[in-house]
Amino acid sequence: MSVMTSAAPPLASEAARPLVEVKNLGRVFDVSKPWLNRLTEGLPRRLLTAAAEVTFSINKRETFALVGESGSGKSTVAKMVVGLIAPTTGEVIIDGVSMSDRRHDADRRRLRRRIQMVFQDPYASLNPRWRALDIVAEPLRAFGIAQSEAETAKQVGELLRLVGLDPADGTKYPHEFSGGQRQRIAIARALACNPEFIVCDEPTSALDVSVQAQILNLMRDLQDRFGLTYLFISHNLAVVRHMANRIGVMYLGRLVEVAPAREMFAKPKHPYTRMLLDAVPDLDLTGRKRKPVEGEVPNPVDPPPGCPFHPRCPFANERCRVEMPQPILTGGATVRCHAVEEGRI
Amino acid sequence: MTPVLSVRNLKVEFPTRRGVLTAIDDVSFDIAPGEVLGVVGESGAGKSITGTAVIGLIEPPGRIAGGEVLLRGQRIDNLPPEQMRKIRGKRIGMVFQDPLTSLNPLYRIGYQLVETIRTHSSLSESAARKKALSLLEEVGIPAPDTRIDAYPHQFSGGMRQRVVLALALAAEPELVIADEPTTALDVSVQAQIIALLKRLCAQHGAAVMLITHDMGVIAETADRVAVMYAGRIAEIGPVREVIKAPLHPYTKGLMGSIPSLAHDSDRLVQIPGSMPRLTAIPSGCPFHPRCPRAFVPCPTFRPELQPEQSSQVACWLYHPFPVTAAAL
Ligand SMILES: Nc1ncnc2c1ncn2[C@@H]1O[C@H](COP(=O)(O)OP(=O)(O)OP(=O)(O)O)[C@@H](O)[C@H]1O
Ligand SMILES: Nc1ncnc2c1ncn2[C@@H]1O[C@H](COP(=O)(O)OP(=O)(O)OP(=O)(O)O)[C@@H](O)[C@H]1O
Ligand code: SF4
Ligand SMILES: [Mg+2]
Ligand SMILES: [Mg+2]
Repeated sequence: MSVMTSAAPPLASEAARPLVEVKNLGRVFDVSKPWLNRLTEGLPRRLLTAAAEVTFSINKRETFALVGESGSGKSTVAKMVVGLIAPTTGEVIIDGVSMSDRRHDADRRRLRRRIQMVFQDPYASLNPRWRALDIVAEPLRAFGIAQSEAETAKQVGELLRLVGLDPADGTKYPHEFSGGQRQRIAIARALACNPEFIVCDEPTSALDVSVQAQILNLMRDLQDRFGLTYLFISHNLAVVRHMANRIGVMYLGRLVEVAPAREMFAKPKHPYTRMLLDAVPDLDLTGRKRKPVEGEVPNPVDPPPGCPFHPRCPFANERCRVEMPQPILTGGATVRCHAVEEGRI
Repeated sequence: MTPVLSVRNLKVEFPTRRGVLTAIDDVSFDIAPGEVLGVVGESGAGKSITGTAVIGLIEPPGRIAGGEVLLRGQRIDNLPPEQMRKIRGKRIGMVFQDPLTSLNPLYRIGYQLVETIRTHSSLSESAARKKALSLLEEVGIPAPDTRIDAYPHQFSGGMRQRVVLALALAAEPELVIADEPTTALDVSVQAQIIALLKRLCAQHGAAVMLITHDMGVIAETADRVAVMYAGRIAEIGPVREVIKAPLHPYTKGLMGSIPSLAHDSDRLVQIPGSMPRLTAIPSGCPFHPRCPRAFVPCPTFRPELQPEQSSQVACWLYHPFPVTAAAL
């Protein structure tokens, strides 16, 4: 279809380079009380490390997923990747262009329209006072993609049809659509400027399973059709298994395991990954007993010393309590765990 | 044995500007002592309204327009509000999705527990506090004597939901209605809460109505499941049968649309379209416009819930259809 044909085929020399490289990415938030309170109450500054030393890459046409409990830093990483918030450390390189290097301003602007984001709550991310067709048309107008209003209307119609909506519904407002339909509008909008890379932050978490199936199928169809690359965020492991080629597991702001999807589900290595997999309810009624994960996520303002997972870990030893494990390669996976490194598990 | 809860031909209506909306139509089910009945179905199917009707909290102008609700054989849907208030909290415990709706942010956890215990028993202040401590211990709050005087906001989401469970069980209710008790929680904490709910109800012999979207939670917690669609029960039966060998085409679609951890699939089963608005429920079987197997009687005649194998299903595929339909 006409809207989607302008993406140039990758050059042969570029084919081997990952589309997205995330290097040593970190973000610290200042969560101190206002300075006057700190002064009068004698309080220190409080810093929250939402993400630290996050490194991964995504190849073209691949889906890379981030999983982890609430507060583990998934959305923070996603927002840094699309440039919604600035990293404290590290950098994001997209198609060879560093997103934090000021010298590449022109390249960066060109790249912006090749990157789009879809959020969890389709209602909050759509302007409630715009009609669906204006929401989808906005990027076409903003980036000057359509030459005339007639052209815009035509492309909006095609985009709505592409995501399974009736173009005649374009005159409705967001509140007149169901949750699944709103997420389709958000996807149509994201597709409007021929992106190559789409970051999806919990795109189906607010939806029913039956609607979720429609959206996940749609996302995979679009990927096949237009060669899209996804960074896909979810806390639902079954959804991630269905969508991802490779998976990164986050815990307290750090990637504790990165592995190909099949390998991770067949042979999880990090104790936290094992716990997460054990905690998934057994829908196949195999009789497997689900083991609740012990304890809760520690406060990120005051993380435990050593391995951040050690207070909940059944394999923790003295070294785990004092020394932060560094990433090691084992099989196809990168894991941060002393027990794995020492061959104890 | 008399069921703890019997719902008979329940009908709930909401008068709206655009006419009367029937949110629940002809819903019947029982829950036996110690049994967990799961209630599933997509958003807007009427799960919460069913629970709300049982505890007599349908907000006017909404009303129970037909049928009966019986607690241990005694009708409760027509009791005066004063008497119903006594039954709630004492004989029926409630747990909702957001623990903050059940906890008052202004009062300490211990105070709220002691008040609840004392409203429903003749325990002294100090005996009630002792009981509160042991309840907190039972729901897995570590060192309860150091936490009992904390405020709700000082607890994490998972801990708050534990406190809500403690509150719901404080009066030793015969029936617990849990509406999405784990939806707001992480998978890891979810498993802890579900295990707890199940253990406590078994220990106290309470019957449970567990409302959730999450088939995984149902699979490991419920004894029987009711699948709701557009305000009606499409299928109800033992959890194994409904999950492993669903009968109703809607249940089949619902089960197929859930991604699995155990095996790869390229595409998820997709039910076309979306659930009808309650003001425009299709004639005949409400699922027929989306049903891949709809045939002659479906658009015209409404299938009733009837026994099939060890379940009950409302679908013409399993029942002889009326002769008049064949003549169409
Ligand atoms: N703007 C901010 N200011 C202060 N702290 C923040 C900010 N944004 C995020 N955080 C904190 O950073 C941590 C990581 O948050 P993030 O939203 O990335 O987690 P998440 O993995 O996406 O969680 P969820 O599954 O709940 O969406 C949390 O502890 C959060 O409270
Ligand atoms: N006060 C009300 N007035 C009018 N309609 C209502 C009212 N409360 C609920 N409804 C309607 O009744 C139907 C059933 O709602 P209910 O809350 O029981 O759904 P549910 O199955 O619990 O969905 P969810 O999974 O989203 O919680 C919905 O279509 C809803 O719009
Ligand atoms: S490093 Fe130690 S504490 Fe951390 S996950 Fe591995 S074994 Fe557990
Ligand atoms: Mg998030
Ligand atoms: Mg509900």
